[in-house]
Amino acid sequence: MPATTRAYAFNSVSPREKVLRYALLLVVLAITVGPFLWQLSTSLKGAGEDIYTSTPSFLPAEPTLDNYVRVSETVPIWTFAGNSLFVAAFVVIGNAVGATLAGFALARLRFRGGKFIFALIIATLILPGEVTIIAQYITIREMGLADTLVGVALPGTIGMLNILLMWAAFRAIPQELDDAAKVDGANVWQRLIHVGLPNVRGMLSVITIFAFIGAWDDFLWPLIVLTDPSNYTLTVGLQYLNGAFSANPRVIAAGTMIAFIPIVIVFAVLQRFFFRGVEEGAIKG
Amino acid sequence: MVLLANRDRRRAPHGGGTRTGTASRSIRQQRWFAPLLLVAPAVVWLVVFNIWPSINTVVLAFTNAKPLGGGSFVGTANFERMLDDDQLVYALINSIVYMLVCLPLLTVLPLLLALLVEKRLPGITFFRTAFYTPVIASAVVVALIWNWLLDDRGAINAIAQSLGFLSGPLPFLTDRWLLLFSAISLTIWKGLGYYMIIYLSALGNVSRELHEAAAVDGAGVVRRFLSVTVPGVRNTMLLIMVLIMVSALRVFSELFILTNGTGGPGGRVMSVVMLIQMYSRGFTGNLGYASALSILLFVITVGPMVVLARMNRRS
Repeated sequence: MPATTRAYAFNSVSPREKVLRYALLLVVLAITVGPFLWQLSTSLKGAGEDIYTSTPSFLPAEPTLDNYVRVSETVPIWTFAGNSLFVAAFVVIGNAVGATLAGFALARLRFRGGKFIFALIIATLILPGEVTIIAQYITIREMGLADTLVGVALPGTIGMLNILLMWAAFRAIPQELDDAAKVDGANVWQRLIHVGLPNVRGMLSVITIFAFIGAWDDFLWPLIVLTDPSNYTLTVGLQYLNGAFSANPRVIAAGTMIAFIPIVIVFAVLQRFFFRGVEEGAIKG
Repeated sequence: MVLLANRDRRRAPHGGGTRTGTASRSIRQQRWFAPLLLVAPAVVWLVVFNIWPSINTVVLAFTNAKPLGGGSFVGTANFERMLDDDQLVYALINSIVYMLVCLPLLTVLPLLLALLVEKRLPGITFFRTAFYTPVIASAVVVALIWNWLLDDRGAINAIAQSLGFLSGPLPFLTDRWLLLFSAISLTIWKGLGYYMIIYLSALGNVSRELHEAAAVDGAGVVRRFLSVTVPGVRNTMLLIMVLIMVSALRVFSELFILTNGTGGPGGRVMSVVMLIQMYSRGFTGNLGYASALSILLFVITVGPMVVLARMNRRS
């Protein structure tokens, strides 16, 4: 008898524990995902439906996409979405290329100054981004890029943390693989393409996902750089929609869904790479 | 160039110096400048967007630079101004409250969540992904959703009243302290999944044998949690505590959206970052003062990191 209980405790889960675990999982699910569903529901409720009822109803009585049309009549929400996409694409490509090249060079090649550059990159990590944001703005302004999307994208195009993550991934490749390629006469570029890249795909997808999410979600920096509403990214545009018009909650809900749904799709499609990275211990803060 | 290439050949640890001929020379020549080409873009970004702004922040803090250009040296005026800035006092008080509430809750709750999703039950990937959703959503999206939930006529007040908990709506978004605690709950809600994943990654290293041995010795669930799980993730927990403190000091979007950019009643529901943003714009902006505030922010965020470094060294 004790043997079976122990087997339940450590190798499988007893039926009672299973029920309890699923019950708790569902409670947490309601807490974490419920608010998003409530917002989605609000965005689908028509103008005729009372959204202030004393017992809130989850399902819209007559689901309608009217609010999505109305939000685009109030603010240029699709332009905002295009702007966000531009910034995110810029940052994703920059990091995928820039951080990979630098991470590879610092991890696998010896050259004068390499260690010094690496130390400087580490040092920048203790600096929260908000601390340098004002000076960053001056740099962008001096470059003539204030109030432009390139100005929003540029500082984050090669993230120092991403270089370190790629460095760690390249570092984990066994030296023998590299040596074998060298003996075969492979040059630096060939070693990066044929030895390096196939072994760092997991980390590359992690930094790509996070570069996309980071750029798409960012609020403070575009809020500082952008002034003309036609240049706004989605986050700044939503704040503008919320502040300037104090529009009805259905329309704001539609706007938030336009900003939220793409990121959910991106994450849902790529989450297996992310969680694989987690299990390999790639994410440590 | 030939000279440099030769010098490199001498330094190269695995240099195939025994081989000769044009082919190997072309490899050798690539070797000395190839690494530099590969790191060049990163170095440009390191200098232009990391090192230079750090230096420039210190320089700017002694000026009264304006958002639209211009400005001159003003000595230590910005730092003196910080000493009697009431809004800064409110911001710092808010930061302390933020840290005191977030620290225990975000250290413990995500660990419990990680234990809940650790077992590979059917459908567990779905739950892990779902619990992570608030993390990937923009703070602006999240704050607007809560803005609606916490509205005087929103779902939370409606449910509380229809169940008879409240006779009238609670002013979550207009009362100074309720507003602050609303923002704090939102930060906690959004952070749960983030720290859960970090704990999940650390739980893999907690010894299964130790758990089994403790169970055999008759240790209950709570006992095993406190004497096996917690010590097993101790270092991760310290890291997470620092991350929580630093992010509590950096809070911006939640407060900005919930107060509609005003900082709430009397501008008292501000954070230091919100003040920095406020001084970064328009004709009344003052980038010099904003830079001085940035230096203050740096000093107070480095504190938690130093504490962690000390504790790590001791263990």
